[in-house]
Amino acid sequence: MTIIILEIQIILTPLVSPLCAGVINKIKARLQNRKGASIFQPYRDLWKLLHKDEIISRDASWIFRIAPFIVFSITLLIGASIPLFTSFLTNTLTGDMLLIVYALAIGTFFLALGGLDIGSAFGGFGSSREMTLSALAEGGFIFSLLTIALINGTTNIFAIANADIFLHGKYLFPTLLAFGGFLVVLLAETARFPYDNPATHLELTMIHEAMILEYSGKKLALMEWASFNKLFIFLALWVNLFFPIGLAYTPGVITISMGIIIFMIKIFLGVLLIALLESSMAKFRFFRLPDLLLISFILNAIAIGLIR
Amino acid sequence: MLEIITSPISFFILLSLFFVGAIGSLLLRKDDDSANIWSNFFAIAGSLWGLLFSVATIISEHTAAFLVNGSPFPLLSFSFNIDLLSAFFIFIISLIALFCSIYAVGYVRHYYQKYNIGALGFFYNFFILGILLVLTASNGIFFLIGWEIMSVASFFMVIYDRDDQENVKAGFLYLVMTYIGTAFIVVAFLLLYKFIGSFDFVTIKSGVALLPIGAKNIIFLAALIGFGVKAGIIPLHIWLPAAHPAAPSHISALMSGVMIKTGIFMMMRLFLDILQPIPIWWGIVVLIIGIISSLLGVLYALTEHDIKRLLAYHSIENIGIILLGLGSALIFSSLSMPALAFLSLVAALFHTLNHAIFKSLLFLGAGSVINQMHTRNMEEYGGLIKYMPQTAFFFLIGSMAISALPPFNGFFSEWLTFQSLFQGIAILDSSMRWLFILAVGALAFTGGLALACFVKAFGSIFLARPRSTEVTHAKESPRSMLIGMGALAMLSFLFGIFSSQTVSLLEKIGRSFDVLQKIPETILVSNSQGLMIENSFSSVSGLTFLLSLVGALIVVAIIIDLIINRSQKIKIGATWDCGTDLNPRMEITSTGFARSIVVIFKGILKPSIQHTIDYSDSESRYLPRTRTVSLGVGDVYKSYFYQPILTMITSLSMRVKNIQSGNTNIYVLYILIALLVSLFSIL
Amino acid sequence: MFKLFLKIFKTPSNIIPLQNKDSDQAGIVAVGKKIENKVKKLFRGSLTIRQIDAGSDNACEQELVALSNSFYDIERFGIHFVASPRHADMLLVTGPVTRNMAEAVKRAYEATPEPKIVVAVGDDAIDGGIFKDSYAVLGGVDSVLSVNYQIPGNPPTPKKILFSLLNILENLDKKPVILK
Repeated sequence: MTIIILEIQIILTPLVSPLCAGVINKIKARLQNRKGASIFQPYRDLWKLLHKDEIISRDASWIFRIAPFIVFSITLLIGASIPLFTSFLTNTLTGDMLLIVYALAIGTFFLALGGLDIGSAFGGFGSSREMTLSALAEGGFIFSLLTIALINGTTNIFAIANADIFLHGKYLFPTLLAFGGFLVVLLAETARFPYDNPATHLELTMIHEAMILEYSGKKLALMEWASFNKLFIFLALWVNLFFPIGLAYTPGVITISMGIIIFMIKIFLGVLLIALLESSMAKFRFFRLPDLLLISFILNAIAIGLIR
Repeated sequence: MLEIITSPISFFILLSLFFVGAIGSLLLRKDDDSANIWSNFFAIAGSLWGLLFSVATIISEHTAAFLVNGSPFPLLSFSFNIDLLSAFFIFIISLIALFCSIYAVGYVRHYYQKYNIGALGFFYNFFILGILLVLTASNGIFFLIGWEIMSVASFFMVIYDRDDQENVKAGFLYLVMTYIGTAFIVVAFLLLYKFIGSFDFVTIKSGVALLPIGAKNIIFLAALIGFGVKAGIIPLHIWLPAAHPAAPSHISALMSGVMIKTGIFMMMRLFLDILQPIPIWWGIVVLIIGIISSLLGVLYALTEHDIKRLLAYHSIENIGIILLGLGSALIFSSLSMPALAFLSLVAALFHTLNHAIFKSLLFLGAGSVINQMHTRNMEEYGGLIKYMPQTAFFFLIGSMAISALPPFNGFFSEWLTFQSLFQGIAILDSSMRWLFILAVGALAFTGGLALACFVKAFGSIFLARPRSTEVTHAKESPRSMLIGMGALAMLSFLFGIFSSQTVSLLEKIGRSFDVLQKIPETILVSNSQGLMIENSFSSVSGLTFLLSLVGALIVVAIIIDLIINRSQKIKIGATWDCGTDLNPRMEITSTGFARSIVVIFKGILKPSIQHTIDYSDSESRYLPRTRTVSLGVGDVYKSYFYQPILTMITSLSMRVKNIQSGNTNIYVLYILIALLVSLFSIL
Repeated sequence: MFKLFLKIFKTPSNIIPLQNKDSDQAGIVAVGKKIENKVKKLFRGSLTIRQIDAGSDNACEQELVALSNSFYDIERFGIHFVASPRHADMLLVTGPVTRNMAEAVKRAYEATPEPKIVVAVGDDAIDGGIFKDSYAVLGGVDSVLSVNYQIPGNPPTPKKILFSLLNILENLDKKPVILK
């Protein structure tokens, strides 16, 4: 039984993340009065990319070649280390929230280096903007996780997910503030509106896309999949850490299935919110974004101050 | 066996190895090659002996306190006290000096026929000797002798490359700042002597109750300023970005990795050991200094395009992080929470060790690059990864370590610092809580900004296409330099994986402090898997992370490369350039990379842009010939801090100068007044 | 923001549905190397298009842009436009290739990984169209690249382009596209 649960835990993130991106695109299309691509379209895209050939620039070094693998493996590892649908899997080895933050930073590091490696104009400034936003978002990220850690008295993510729901009820207001702060950071780190438009064609407005302009074939598939995984991981952290309702407390077929279903519903709600946000606001000018991240930081600082 | 290794005789052998290396190098100064080999051989031998000595002392806990008779003055006694803290710092210096000396064998060849290699070897060995004396002296005047040896030797090495006038100016600034610091240290020691009656540290420690509160606070401030100048805290840091780039690279590595840590060492010794019990505001001041230094250090580093100045500012940032740990240790110890103080101290000690390793690695890498490129300006690099692949790999590991990316060592010491600050937020009450919240914010932002800075540094130096033709002539460094760097990179990796074993040794050092002796329950537990904080059940394991990452990489690589679409063809083509030719001017520059962050923080950094336009026709202004844009960062410290002090001192001196009127009659009047005053005071 | 969502829900759907008889409208011409069925099968679910303007008068670009609106909605077939040739499967070239753009078009072609399809859209791209025999153009895309398909028209309507693309992928012949 435990083996099956572990298998699901490891496979769930890469399996379901393209579906999340597909659902966001479908909802946005519907709101634009179109039919839109099917929700399984990202799977087809990835499959096709894996079967294409590649062209690699002669200026690129081994960092360009290795970056997609590292970025993707990091997202796999983190996806398996966070609570998705269970809270009884104790993970004292890689389940620390600071490890999650800095492991995701490894992914950003290699992504930015991959963008710089090719020496084109777009990759360079894509990396510059990405590192600027990531540096500022990391403060908000650690702070919102710190709020939850202080409420629960531990920085181990599984222990937080295992906590009593009434504990969070006592600290409802700080939790909500940190929830909002985390949403801002989520949008920053997953390159969504108002930080970045994932569907833009104008290189001057790209942040995440600019760094992967030069990738093709399998490496591009890995990079795209890694960005879907990152979206899924942030959504999972968002819905499971702040409101750990519906996680399976004990192993058993009923509880596990209920856990997975409730988790999917929560993720769907998060996805719906992101799609609605993307359909109703425009992308911000780049130098307004640090103000937004500062707002997230202040929200979280207030939340911490309100605890006890 | 361990008795012999940790005995005083062994320590004197250690000192004499460096002494012989110094004198012999000076005697061999006519022959560059033999002076180089002699000085580095003895430095390597001394470092190996020092490693053996310090590790044996820490493991066996045989501390030694001994005295050498025969001092010519009654106040000066050649007394040594090698306790666990000193042994730890001796370990750090031996480790770094070992690899810097191995590196120097190949690096110094660059200076043959230009300067005197024998003199370099002489000062290098005396520098290490001075540091060893500073770390083990137990008498204030003896300590100052060692401090002087260290400062003077490093001054001569900073101005070693004296063809460049900038280096000489930097050396002068370094000398002035060091002596200002030494003056404050002397004030602190003199005050201690006045109230307790001895320069001996052991006597001072037992007699600390004799100090009145006012004097104790003044001693704290004097010691903070004095040792802070050496450590490079803001605003006393102005010598660091000037002096560290000027020195030869292995000296910069030693200065940045070890010498500034002697300031931290004495702060730990004085504030946590000798002057206990301490008021709480001392810890608050140190914590605030840590917050400011870490944030401002990394922000200034982002504005730099000189590679060694960038690394020097990162040293300031990491000293700030160490002071965050030290400050919280001081706060917890004055609030009688020894378990938490222990945690913070262990975090500070671990970060000291880690910073020494990865900073030296980065400086040695920078030195290799500068050797080949003959310029420190990062804007002229680019694409070096194809010409210097091993150096690039080691620099990458150093960059990942300093940005606190797991599984390297920087992550674990920052994790411990975070945990100690979290505990502070959880346990303390409201006024102190906000200080710790600010500290966590500073640490979080520092980590992110350091990551951005090293993407910029690594990307500008090694990636993309060459920005100047010098790059195409670059060759990989000689083998001794690669061995030095490679060993440090391996250590950075190993200390990260085996962080729990390292921390358990550091716990011994922490427990050797009197104030941390009685800990009701241990909070920090390091088991075989990883680090764990007991009362909040947080844990992290480097080895597991590494193994799972490698496992995931292998699985992904196998599935993607070998299983799916084996018939894929990979072609090498040109970069997609939108149809135009790409020239190196189109790549992003290191200044451009960081410009967004500089503009975001323009309140702190005060960036300035100056345009100068040279027109073809001076009458009309339609046809510019050249246009120069200078981007600068406002120098806040000189204008708001040092310039007013300088102006005040100068104006005071001008007023006092009026006493010297040159008129002999006035001087006779002065003698008469002095005689009258002394007569009246006796009567 | 509520007014926006109210407006969204009140607007009726105006998408143009797909009917088999419209495939006759597709005036596609196959030239050059034939595309293998294997490739077409690969791209049937997901096709990325990079559109290159080789000096066109922007008439075809307007029609191509119209493909993404709510009437034609090319995304529902899994086709979407991308910014970089490295990500593209199909290069849609419009305009007679002017002398200044010849090199750029060639580089874009070389930057696209295999397997790839080159389609010339509009009369200008096929043989120069209204700019035929001008000194400034090289006269049609086939003077610089090997074209696989041509879609005639000046400019072809979005409906025609859409059905031609689907025809290229042989969606309509092999498999009826079921849309809801």
